Amino acid sequence: MIVLIGTNITEAHPVASTFVKDAVLNGAKLIVIDPRRTDMVDFADMFIQLKVGSDVALINGLMNVLITENLYDKKYVDSCTEGFEELKKKVMEYTPEKAAKISGIPADTIRELARTMASIKPAMLMYTLGITEHICGVNNVMSCANLQMLLGNVGVECGGVNPQRGQNNVQGACDMGALPNVFPGYQQVVNADARAKFEKAWNVKSLPDKPGMMMPTMMKNLTTGKVKAFYVFGENLANTEPDIHHVERELQSAEFLVCQDIFPTETTRFAHVILPAAAWSENDGTFSSSERRVNRVRTASVAPGEAKPNWWIFKELAKRFGHEWTSNSAQEIWDNEISVLAPSMAGIKYARLENDGLQWPCPSEDHPGTPTLHRGGKFTRGLGMLKAIDYIPPAEVPDKEYPMVLSTGRRLYHYHSRTQTGRSAGINDLLGEETADISAADAEAKGIEHGEKILVKSRRGKVVVKARVTKEVPQGLVWMAFHFREGCANWLTNPVYDPLTQTAEYKACAVKIEKLK
Amino acid sequence: MSEMTAILSWKGEYKMGDSFLLNGKETPFQQGQTILEAAKNGGVEIPTLCYLKGSAPTGACRICCVEVKGARSLVAACSTPVTPGMEVFTDSELVHRARKMNVEFLLASGKHNCLMCESNGNCRLQDLAYFYKITKLKFPEKDEKEIYPIEDVNPFIIRDFSRCILCGRCVQACNEVVVNRAISQGYRGKKSKIVTGGDAAYNDDLSECVFCGQCVEVCPVGALTEKKAKGLGRPWETQKIRTTCPYCGVGCQQWLHVKDGKIIKVTAVEDAQPNQGRLCVKGRFAYDFIYSEERLKTPLIREKNGEFRTASWDETLDLVADKFKEIIKKDGPDAIAGVSCARSINEDSYQMQKFFRAVLGTNNIDHCART
Repeated sequence: MIVLIGTNITEAHPVASTFVKDAVLNGAKLIVIDPRRTDMVDFADMFIQLKVGSDVALINGLMNVLITENLYDKKYVDSCTEGFEELKKKVMEYTPEKAAKISGIPADTIRELARTMASIKPAMLMYTLGITEHICGVNNVMSCANLQMLLGNVGVECGGVNPQRGQNNVQGACDMGALPNVFPGYQQVVNADARAKFEKAWNVKSLPDKPGMMMPTMMKNLTTGKVKAFYVFGENLANTEPDIHHVERELQSAEFLVCQDIFPTETTRFAHVILPAAAWSENDGTFSSSERRVNRVRTASVAPGEAKPNWWIFKELAKRFGHEWTSNSAQEIWDNEISVLAPSMAGIKYARLENDGLQWPCPSEDHPGTPTLHRGGKFTRGLGMLKAIDYIPPAEVPDKEYPMVLSTGRRLYHYHSRTQTGRSAGINDLLGEETADISAADAEAKGIEHGEKILVKSRRGKVVVKARVTKEVPQGLVWMAFHFREGCANWLTNPVYDPLTQTAEYKACAVKIEKLK
Repeated sequence: MSEMTAILSWKGEYKMGDSFLLNGKETPFQQGQTILEAAKNGGVEIPTLCYLKGSAPTGACRICCVEVKGARSLVAACSTPVTPGMEVFTDSELVHRARKMNVEFLLASGKHNCLMCESNGNCRLQDLAYFYKITKLKFPEKDEKEIYPIEDVNPFIIRDFSRCILCGRCVQACNEVVVNRAISQGYRGKKSKIVTGGDAAYNDDLSECVFCGQCVEVCPVGALTEKKAKGLGRPWETQKIRTTCPYCGVGCQQWLHVKDGKIIKVTAVEDAQPNQGRLCVKGRFAYDFIYSEERLKTPLIREKNGEFRTASWDETLDLVADKFKEIIKKDGPDAIAGVSCARSINEDSYQMQKFFRAVLGTNNIDHCART
C-alpha cells in the first residue's frame, strides 16, 4: 500500500509517480491525502480531501482509532520505539469527531482510513512540501513518522516515510554540510571532536563552534545590519521566497551582494558582483537524489565565455586568503576530501559510480550501499521516538476581509523561477503564464469566467492573473505557483516560519479574489 | 523507488530445473518465461518490433515468430510460454522466410524512405530490411491519400504516420509503463491509427498527453521523433554521455546525445536505476537552456552609477576577497552569510561550505532546502 500525503507527485516528481501508478496497476492499494484533487486521485482507493494545514489533527485522529481499536503494531511499538504513553495520552484528546471538525473529514471516514491502513503491510508513506511548508512543518513530519511507527512500517522495504525532494541536489547540498549546524556527513559543528577533525583536514587553527544563521535569519539581518555581505550561489531569492516586496527590501539592504549564477535573474539585479558559473552539463560531478543515491554528472558541453565551475571559483577565492586547496577537480574533491571526511559516504568513490550510483550510508569500499534505512526497526538513535504533537492552525487563517486560503506549489511544465525551463524551447508553449486555480463555486459566486483575468490580493501584495476554474480545488481555496514573475504567488505568501527549521508557510495564507472592473 | 520496483518485479517463486530444446540445444528456463525471454537467457536473440519489456506482450508484429515442433503454425516468441521439453527453432528457413515476408509487408505499410527519416541508423525496421537483404518493395506501397498527415503542431514530438507500423509500443508505454493514458489504438483495418482522446493533436485541450516522450523513447521506427533534434545529427555522428537529470530529486539517468560538443537530444538510460528508462517532459525536453544567449559569460562588477561592467576574473575575485576581508576586520566573520545551490553538484556545495567555515570563519552557510 502507498499513502501519498501533501504530494502532487505526477507534477512535482513525474517519473516517481509512474512507479506508484505501476504499483496500483499491479494491485497495490493507494490512499491520497491532499486538499486538492490531484491526478493521482484517479488511481486511489481512498481520497481524503483534508483542509489546508490540518494534517496533525487528521493523523492524531487516525492514531486515536488505531490505539482505541487496538489496531496498531504492538510488537513493533514495544520493541522498536519509545514515548508511546505520551503519544497515547495526546492522541486520546483527538477523537475522530474532534479531528473531523478540524480537518473536514467525517469521523467515520477517519475510522475507515485508520482500519484500512492497519490492514495492509507494508505501506509506504510519501510526502512532499504539502507536509513541510507550514509553520508546523516539523510537527507534520513527526506526525507522519508517528503514524508509520505505530503501524510498524518503518525499517522495511516498501515501507517507511519517504519524502520526495524537490530539487536534483537538495539532498546533496544537505549531505555536503551547506547547512549552518553541520559539516559534511551531518557532523555537528558544536561537537569539538568533529571540529578537530575538520581543522586538521582543512589545515586551519580553529573552526567556528556555534551554528550559523539559517537563510531567513540571514536575510532579515541584511536589514538590521548584522549581516553586511551576502553570497548567493544559484538561488533566485527575489522570486522564490515568500513576500517578494519584503525580500527585495532585504536584498536591497545588503552592503555587498555577490551572486554566482548561470543567468541574470531577478536577484542579480541587486548584486554588486556577478560571477558567471558553468551549468549542469558543463561540469563533472555528482548529484544525490531523494533516495540518497549518489550519481554521476558528466561534462557534455563547454561553458560559455569565461564561465567557470563553481568549485573552481571557491578555490580561487580561498587562495586570496592564503589557503592553497590541493583538490583540482570534482573527482579529487570527492575522492580525497568528501568521502574521507564523511563516514556515511566513506565507501563511495568515483570509480564505483559508473553505473547506477550508490545509496549512503555506504561506510566502506566493499559496502553495497543502503536502500532502506532503519532496517528491522533499528533506528540511528536506537529506539524510534514517538512524539506527542498538538495541532496548530496556520499563522494566517481566512477572515472577513481575506476569506479564502491561498496554497502554492509547482506545476509540471516549469521548474521554480523558470531560469532553466523558461529558456528551453517549447516549454513556454505548454505553459505560458501563471493562473489562479479556483473552484467553479467560487467562480460562480464572483461571476468569474474560466480564463478571465482576476485580482488576487493578500495583506502583502496583489497580482492580476488568469482564473483557471478547475475541479482540482475545493471551494474556498485558491492555488497558485511561483514560476512566473508576473502573477507569482510569492507576491502574496506569508513570511512566517516553522520555529525549528525556518521553513516558510508557503502552503497557507489568507487572500481574497476580485473580478476586475 | 527502488523499493517499489522490487515489489513490481517479484513474480513469485521460480521452479528450477526445467529445460527445453533451443535449436537442438538443451536450455534451462524458468516457469512462466516466454520463448523470447528463455531464448535470450540461452544466448539466442530473437528479433522483435512490438515487444516492450515489462508490458503484456501483444504479438502484433509477428517478427519474433519461431518454429515449435508440433505446432500447426509459427508462434510469436514474445507471447508464448515455454513448456518443458518444447522444441524451438529460431533459425530455420521457414522462420526466416516468414520474418522476411513480415518485413516486406511492413515496408509497404507506409513511406519508409530512410534517407529522409530522422531515425535513419536507429530503426529496427531498417535493421531487419538490411538483415534480410531486401532491395526492392515486394508489395505495393500504401497510397499517399490513405496515410494520415504528419502532426507537428506540438512543440516536442513529430508524429509521422507514414512511418508508423502500428506495433503499439507507444500505446503500451503510455498506458502500462508511465500510465498517462493519453494514446490508444484507434479506428480499424486500413484506417488504423494511434490516437489521443478525440484523435486530437498531442497538445490539444482534448489530449491527456503530458509530453513525457515515453512514446518517442520506445518507437522502433521513425514514426515518433524529437522535434528539437530534427536535422541536428545522425546516430552515428553522435556520442552518448550518461548523466543525471538537473530537475527534481528523483535523479533520473539520461543519455545526452552530443554532436560537436552540443547536446542535440536527451533519452533515458534503459534499465538504469532509479528511472528504468523513463523521463518526464523537463528531463527529456528542457535541456537547451544551457545554450541560451542570455547566459552570464563574464564576471560583472557594478559601477558607482549602478551599471554593471565586465571585468576579469582576477579583478573580480580580488574585489570580493578584499571586501570580505574588510568586513571581517570591521564586523567579524559572522557579518558574512551565504547560500549554496541545491541544483549544483555536491562538490560545489562542499567547496562553498569549506570556504565559509575554514576561510571566512563563519557557519553562516545554508541553502534552499528549508524553503
